[in-house]
Formats: sequence, C-alpha cells, structure tokens
Amino acid sequence: MVNRPALVIFILFFVFVTVLGFVAARWRRGDLSQLHEWGLGGRRFGTVITWFLLGGDLYTAYTFIAVPALLYGAGATGFFAVPYTIIVYPFVFVVMPRLWSVAKKHGYITGSDFVKGRYGSRSLALAVAVTGILATMPYIALQLVGMQAVIAAMGITGSGLLGDLPLIIAFLILALYTYTSGLRAPAIIAVVKDLMIYITVLVAVIVIPLKLGGFADIFHASEKALSTSAVILPPSGYLAYSTLALGSALALFLYPHSITGTLSSSNRRVIQRNAALLPAYSLVLAFITLFGYMAWAAGVKTTDNTSAAVPLLFLKEFPSWFAGFGFAAIAIGALVPAAIMSIAAANLFTRNIYKEFFRPGCSGQEESKVAKIVSLIVKLGALVFIVAMPKAFAINLQLLGGVWILQTLPAIILGLYTRWLHRWALLLGWAVGMVMGTGMAIANHFASSIYTVHIGGVAVSIYAAVWALAANLLVAVVFTWVFRALGAKEGEDETARGDYETGLGATV
Amino acid sequence: MNAPSGRHRQVWYWLLLLPFIGTLFPSWYASDGPELWGFPFFYWYQIVWVFLSSFITFFVYRMTRKRE
Repeated sequence: MVNRPALVIFILFFVFVTVLGFVAARWRRGDLSQLHEWGLGGRRFGTVITWFLLGGDLYTAYTFIAVPALLYGAGATGFFAVPYTIIVYPFVFVVMPRLWSVAKKHGYITGSDFVKGRYGSRSLALAVAVTGILATMPYIALQLVGMQAVIAAMGITGSGLLGDLPLIIAFLILALYTYTSGLRAPAIIAVVKDLMIYITVLVAVIVIPLKLGGFADIFHASEKALSTSAVILPPSGYLAYSTLALGSALALFLYPHSITGTLSSSNRRVIQRNAALLPAYSLVLAFITLFGYMAWAAGVKTTDNTSAAVPLLFLKEFPSWFAGFGFAAIAIGALVPAAIMSIAAANLFTRNIYKEFFRPGCSGQEESKVAKIVSLIVKLGALVFIVAMPKAFAINLQLLGGVWILQTLPAIILGLYTRWLHRWALLLGWAVGMVMGTGMAIANHFASSIYTVHIGGVAVSIYAAVWALAANLLVAVVFTWVFRALGAKEGEDETARGDYETGLGATV
Repeated sequence: MNAPSGRHRQVWYWLLLLPFIGTLFPSWYASDGPELWGFPFFYWYQIVWVFLSSFITFFVYRMTRKRE
C-alpha cells in the first residue's frame, strides 16, 4: 500500500532540489565549457561550501542505509565506521594539502594526473585511472540501492520496469542537471540535503529513545536479539575491527570523488579547516549507526533484508509525513555523491584515457564536452546495472572497489612525499595488490571483507584490502631495489619540492 | 620567517597521532562498563573520540597557522 503523506512530502522536496540543480549553473558563473570549471567548480569553493560538498560526498545514502544495517545484522563490528571516520581527518589534514598544492601548480584535476607528472609514467597513470573508474562505478550503483530502499518503504513496489520507474526518473533528472551544471549542482544540493539529514537525525535521536525507554533499553534489546557478545566486540574481532577502520580511512581520500571534492576548494587552509569541521558528520554517523540497534528495540524484524531496517524504523516511530521527510533526505543523499562520483569518473576518463591515449591535442572545449557525455554514460551504466543485475552483485563489486582503490596508495600518497619508489615497481606492486585482494574476496565468496591467514598456527583475521596493500608495498620496495640494480630508467619528475607547499603563504 | 621556528611549529603535527592510538586498539575499550547514559563503554568511548579528534585537529590548525 502506498503511504500517501510520506510520498507527497518526498516528491515536494525532490522537485525542490531538482530546480536547485538546474539553477546551480548560474551560481558563481564560470565558463562551463572548461573542464576545471565544470568538473571542479573553478577551484573556488570556500570552507563552508567545501564542508557541505565533502559531507554530502562522503556520507552517502548508502552509508545511511548500509552502516546501520550492518550494526543491525552483525552487532558491534558495524560500529567500525566511527573510528574510521575519526582517524580519516587527521590523515587528510596532513596529506591532502600537499596534493592540493601540487595540483594547483600544475593544473592537475585527478590523482592520475599527479601520478603521471610525478613519475613520468603513462602506464602507472593509466593503472591509477582505471582503478579509480572501476572502484567508482559500483559505488554509484549502490547509491541507487539506498534510494530503492526508501522508495520501497513508501509502498511503491511493482514488478519489472514499472517498479523501477521512480528510480529511473530520479536518475534521469540527476543526469540532466549534472550535465548542465557540473560540480556546482551537487555543491548547492548538498546544503539542502545536509540540513535535512541533520534535522532527521536530531529528531530521531531525541524522539526514538524517548519512545523506546532510553538508550539502556535499546542496547539491552539488541543484546537479547543478537547476543551480548555481538554487542560488545569480542577479542577475536579486534584486529578485523581496527584494520577495517584503518584501511577504509586510508582508502577514502583515494576515491576519485573525494579527490574532486578536495581539489575544488579554494586553498589549502580550507582543507585543513574542514579536517577539523567534518567530524560533525562523524558524530551524526555514530547516531545513524545506532539506528540499527533502535530498530531491534522497536521490534523491527527484517533479518533477510537488513537494508530495510532504517526505513522500517522510521515508519514505525515517526508520523508518516516526517518519515517522508527522512526518506527524502536519504534519497537526496544519494543524488549528491552520485553526481560527484560520475563527475570524478568522467574527469578521469577524459583527462587520463581519452586525451592521453586518443586525442592528445584536444581543446579545452572538447575535453569538457567529452566529460559531460561520459558523466551521462557512467550514470546510465549504473542504472542499467541496478535494474538488470541482482543487487548482491553491486554490493560485491563495491566491496572489491574498496580493496582496489587502496592499491593506489603507494603511487598517490607516498608519491606526495618521496620519489624513491621506482615507477615499474609501483606498477608491479599495484598489480599484485589488485590480484591478491580480488582473490581473497572471491575465496570468501564475497561474504566478508575480512580474510584469515594462518601464520605459525595463529589465525590472523584482517581486512583484505590491508593484506593486499601490505603485499603491494612489499613488492614495490623490493622491486625498486631490483630495478635500480638493473639500471632501469627513471621517469621524469615534472614537480619540484616547493610545489607541494604552494599557497602556504596565502592569507585567508 | 626562519627555518628553526617553522620546524618548531611542525612538532605539533605529532599530536595528530593521538586519535589513531586512541581508537585503533579495541582491546582497551571493548567492554560493557562503565556505562554512561545507558551507553556501554565501547560505544560512548568512541563517540568521545569524535570530539577529541576534532579538537586536536583544530588545535594543531591554530598552532601551525602562522607558519602557513
């Protein structure tokens, strides 16, 4: 049965942000036929807009659905998202300003641009670009899964194409305004989305515990449903918990959409200020995660489809108009990252594959035009993917995406500090990490991202991406020695030491 | 500005290791008690670190601001 009040509120807000998305093209007007204007908003976003943009970018609809679902289904392990989003910011504070400076100096718009400039290696840059695109595609598809969950909760279910119609309409709208407005659209929409999320979470955190008898009762109900040992992390899960947090934190800012969000800021200090301000979202995330336990306390039973836990909780505990408001917040929360991700993937493809390998001399206008079209194709691909394939396939690929993207860390992050590693050794390390990480995920049948290795009779369970990264680094170091000993040619480094600190003297 | 004072300010960056040390060893905090407002220690301890980490980052930002 269709929940009318919820649906009406939902559609109202959706129409509102659609209008905003198209109006965005006129905001801080720039020449949208240039890639850095369309794809980076002209590198002009200040502290506040960057805060909303990165917040909207990193805390996605999928996060709001999947993280509490994990807590609901598996208990304390699901809370790793909190330490993950704690430690990511000190890391960003130190590392990302260097990337911003060198990118500003040389006009880089992607991580792959930097790798090419730093190592003078087209193949390594291609590996980084392809990894970025591969990791981003399923992530976009998963935003649709988040949207599907709330649409279904409002009672819109149908079989075949008709059932997917609302999703298709939503995505077409998204595709059109991204095409016309570029990064300016998600930046403006993110402001609305975040205000809605904050309101929803604030109300939920006050109202739901009041109705359910307080947090103590919420935790006790979950202990009863899941067992006590699941609600307090057991010793066997310690290493998995901390490597999941660490590996995810290191991976987050390697994703093309995070790099796009970072590079669009107007100066280094904007990034550092945001590293101190973005934890506000982590706090919200901590409470959103706890929705998983609130669902148990509210008597929501959906263990076969844990994604429905949060939507069902809202329907049960909120009047339907407010549930509609919360659902709209989540659905709009899918649009922002999906737009930024498709822009980031388009930037990568255009700059590092199309221009690099097919049209070396192409003009700025052509570059921007190709990127716009690619952003459309990327989103259509994600849509077809979700409508035509089983949902589990997208989830598995996203899990792999996290493993894959972390393998670009040695080239990008270490590259910001040292040129010591040899370009071929980095490429070899990347290949080993990719194969090993993929192999581990397959060996686990995609059921878990934790892989157990027996070392001297002791079972060590660690996040697969971290295992793969360790192998990657080992290969990169060992083969740097080997290639140097063989006298293999170094690539040319077009960056200078001072490039990593340009903008240091800037006021603001 | 002369080099020694720049390096002197950079010392503050080491403070940024604290959030890693505080959160990456669950053996220190994976316990039920002491509870706070109904939250088991495991949960409220980590939520407190969200604040601490933000304060530390902001503090380092202030202490290094002149250098940049």
